[in-house]
Amino acid sequence: MTTTPERSVPKPVFTDAEAGAKEFPDSNARRFNYYTPAKRKQTHYEDVTVEVQPDPRHYLAQGWLYGFADGKGGYPLEWTALKAWGSDRPLPERGPGTGGKGYEWPAHGWHEFRDPNEEWELSFYRYNANVERQVNQNIDSARQAKAFEQWTPNWVRFVESHVGAWMHVNHGLGLYLFANANRRGPTNMHNTAMAVNSMHRIRSAQDLALYNLTLTEEIAGFDGGAHLVAWNSDPCWQGVREVAEGLTGIDDWCEAIFAANIIFEPLIGELFRSQLVQQAAPRNGDFVTPTVMGAEEFDYAERDLLYSVALFDLLTKDREFADHNKALMNGWLSNWVPRCLAAARKLQPLWSQPDAKPPRFEDGLDRAKSRFAAILTDLGLDIPKELTQ
Amino acid sequence: MSRQSVAKAHQKIQELSWEPLYHEPVAQYGTDYTFRKAQKKDPLKQVLRSYFPMQEEKDHRVYGAADGAIRGNMFRQVQERWLEWQKLFLSIIPLPEISAARAMPLLFRNVPNPELHNGQAIQMIDEVRHSTIQQNLKRLYMNNYIDPAGFNNSLRNFQNDYCGSIGRQFAEGFITGDAITAASIYLTIVAETAFTNTLFVAMPAEAAANGDYLLPTVFHSVQSDESRHISNGYATLLMALADEGNHQLLERDLRYAWWNNHRVVDAAIGTFIEYGTKDRRPDRESYAEMWRRWIYDDYYRSYLVPLEKYGLVIPHDLIEESWNQIWNKGYVHEVAQFFATGWLANYWRIDPMTDKDFEWFEGKYPGWYNKYGKWWENYNRLSTPNGHHPIVFEDVDYVYPHRCWTCMVPCLVREDMVMDEVDGQVRTYCHEACRWTDAVAFRPEYEGRSTPNMGKLIGKREWETLYHGWNWADVVSDMGYVRDDGKTLVAQPHLNLDPKKMWTLDHLRRCPPLQSPNVLLNEMSPAERQAFHADYVKQGPAGRPAPKD
Repeated sequence: MTTTPERSVPKPVFTDAEAGAKEFPDSNARRFNYYTPAKRKQTHYEDVTVEVQPDPRHYLAQGWLYGFADGKGGYPLEWTALKAWGSDRPLPERGPGTGGKGYEWPAHGWHEFRDPNEEWELSFYRYNANVERQVNQNIDSARQAKAFEQWTPNWVRFVESHVGAWMHVNHGLGLYLFANANRRGPTNMHNTAMAVNSMHRIRSAQDLALYNLTLTEEIAGFDGGAHLVAWNSDPCWQGVREVAEGLTGIDDWCEAIFAANIIFEPLIGELFRSQLVQQAAPRNGDFVTPTVMGAEEFDYAERDLLYSVALFDLLTKDREFADHNKALMNGWLSNWVPRCLAAARKLQPLWSQPDAKPPRFEDGLDRAKSRFAAILTDLGLDIPKELTQ
Repeated sequence: MSRQSVAKAHQKIQELSWEPLYHEPVAQYGTDYTFRKAQKKDPLKQVLRSYFPMQEEKDHRVYGAADGAIRGNMFRQVQERWLEWQKLFLSIIPLPEISAARAMPLLFRNVPNPELHNGQAIQMIDEVRHSTIQQNLKRLYMNNYIDPAGFNNSLRNFQNDYCGSIGRQFAEGFITGDAITAASIYLTIVAETAFTNTLFVAMPAEAAANGDYLLPTVFHSVQSDESRHISNGYATLLMALADEGNHQLLERDLRYAWWNNHRVVDAAIGTFIEYGTKDRRPDRESYAEMWRRWIYDDYYRSYLVPLEKYGLVIPHDLIEESWNQIWNKGYVHEVAQFFATGWLANYWRIDPMTDKDFEWFEGKYPGWYNKYGKWWENYNRLSTPNGHHPIVFEDVDYVYPHRCWTCMVPCLVREDMVMDEVDGQVRTYCHEACRWTDAVAFRPEYEGRSTPNMGKLIGKREWETLYHGWNWADVVSDMGYVRDDGKTLVAQPHLNLDPKKMWTLDHLRRCPPLQSPNVLLNEMSPAERQAFHADYVKQGPAGRPAPKD
């Protein structure tokens, strides 16, 4: 008779190591106690983001351990010229026998920022997976319904060139402005919000590229490479391209986010998406493109703008540096608003290209300006004189 | 999902990238490496249309398992010995993860290949996933495990504890200094490709053996992303190798990155796996066996060695020396013994070893008992307060070690300790390779070559310096490692939660003051220092004093 040797496997053991099994000091202390929540209760979002990025101004006793060649480590506050209260206090001096304590948490106002979208991985993947599913379903159902056959000829040309050109804006800003900024912010909440923003833009870029691929397969004569020609040489797009490239060249991370999300997006992004594409498409037989563009519009209007306003609102109302910050932001406005308006005006010929015309360019621009002015008013910033011209 | 093939879709998204016509993107991070523009395919071939639903599905599985663990009362079967070490591990790991996200922009301007940037951006958001999913796991442990102390103060503890500082190198090394050294060689070529195997594969297996199936659920999900990141590093490495001028820097960086990862990761994960487990089946793999399989065979022999033909100079000597440290010099055992010696400066409880543990160690590491057995018996004897001090102040044949200035793990293999005066300060190093890292590699000139972008070692690198001359009760209060009764310590050298058996600030108040070894060393005369060094290298194993002549 043969015997089967007993398999070597770990044995379950009853340990009774669950919460509440015993009473002892701290046995009921079941919340993260190293930060103060923005509201009455700690949120799930706060629990998984706050303090992951340390700060020598409060708890980081031994300081940063590795620096760049200039000796700076971590996330220097001076990577932006904007300041939050406490920014000018010197770094706590620690040495032999000083102990490890720094300033009381939060030590400075940057730690008060919270992303109103409360983005962390769970919310982020759910949201973006849903967007992708919906966009794909819309495109698939349009294909099955032969919906592209209803497009007017000039609208086909418009989509292949100009809707296509927008993918490059998304891609360039997503990578070289927003993803780049995720190394620059002073807290994990800032950097996570900017990383999420970056992925919205890169996702939108890919959505447009893959939509373009579908159209190439579905519409006879659709030129899948026309977007490259538009982006590289169409005079209408060179203003946008010049500004977009300029945005990626900004060193100050706050200026980059401000110029992109507070100025560029309302004056150019929404102008193009909401005031042109979304308006013109239905009149030209296209109910699909607005759903692709609409996903991106929602990213911006309902998420990326919200965190940006929350970020800058704290700084324009800062208890110590409000005036300093407003002066800097007004300076950024005076630099970027004229450039964005000039780029917007270069887009004007696009309004006359579809067979069925959208509302007038000037009306669309007025609406974009009003929207932009309202954002600035909320932030307590000056309305640039160029808006009234 | 769309019927477009992934390959076709991926090819299409290559059309997205463009070269600037009017303004260059900002250049904020330097490198001494040089790259020639070359077509290099994006190794990830990842399209967000399929990426997001894939990650969402992975999340469903992770969070479903988390629900199941709570409903199924997993914590009734979790070994406290294991979960206590997670207070350290999960305080550290979310920062390296998020730092890897922050590291990706260091590569954008320095690796002139837009196709690779797509993969780097996806790695960025993967790392955000890892950091927050791990924080969430810690939050779940805090809410459901018997002892929340140490989880509840986790990120303050991590920032002011010496173990946190050791682990922090595994994050800060990714984001500062020469961009390629940091974000490519240290992060992707060594940390992710080699050491995530022990971090995210070997360690979760041990968690499961200790009744915790949530850690494997989370970390295997994380590891399924890591395998993509490895491809990112490989593509950049091949581009770097194409320029002969980079070979000297690659050799330097591989030596630094390898040795630092070995010192930091093997210290921590080796301790968790060997001393945090209750699974003492004789055929359970030891950390040394896992290391040999996952790192020596899978990484060194299968990944690194084949790169020699492209001109990569591989630090064979340091890889063999790492094995020598683990197998012959008891590196992991020395580290675990030190953690237990200094239990009072920590924020988790360390279970004493038992006869069953001794038997397993002796079977896996012949000769272990003669070196470490007696000390662990003393640890057990001194674990509950009974009129004596914590073990670090008692006569148990253990000399408190000096810190390594570079890796910040103490100089535990005493014979290897090196002393040097660097930047006007006398420093101790655990090994010549660590002295070389500080004195030679992290400098603006390397072997006669200007390296203006190389990073610097900064910070108060010896933790004890900050508390030189302090009473231990004040040290622990300053760090905040006290429970909600205002006196019981978070850390304990045993697992007994009976308040009468737990150490308090009152016990520490009676202990001798903390002394910084480095401050004392710098107060010595040169002759005293030489004598100190001569004595130190004769100490050990297991921290024993040097034999009397």
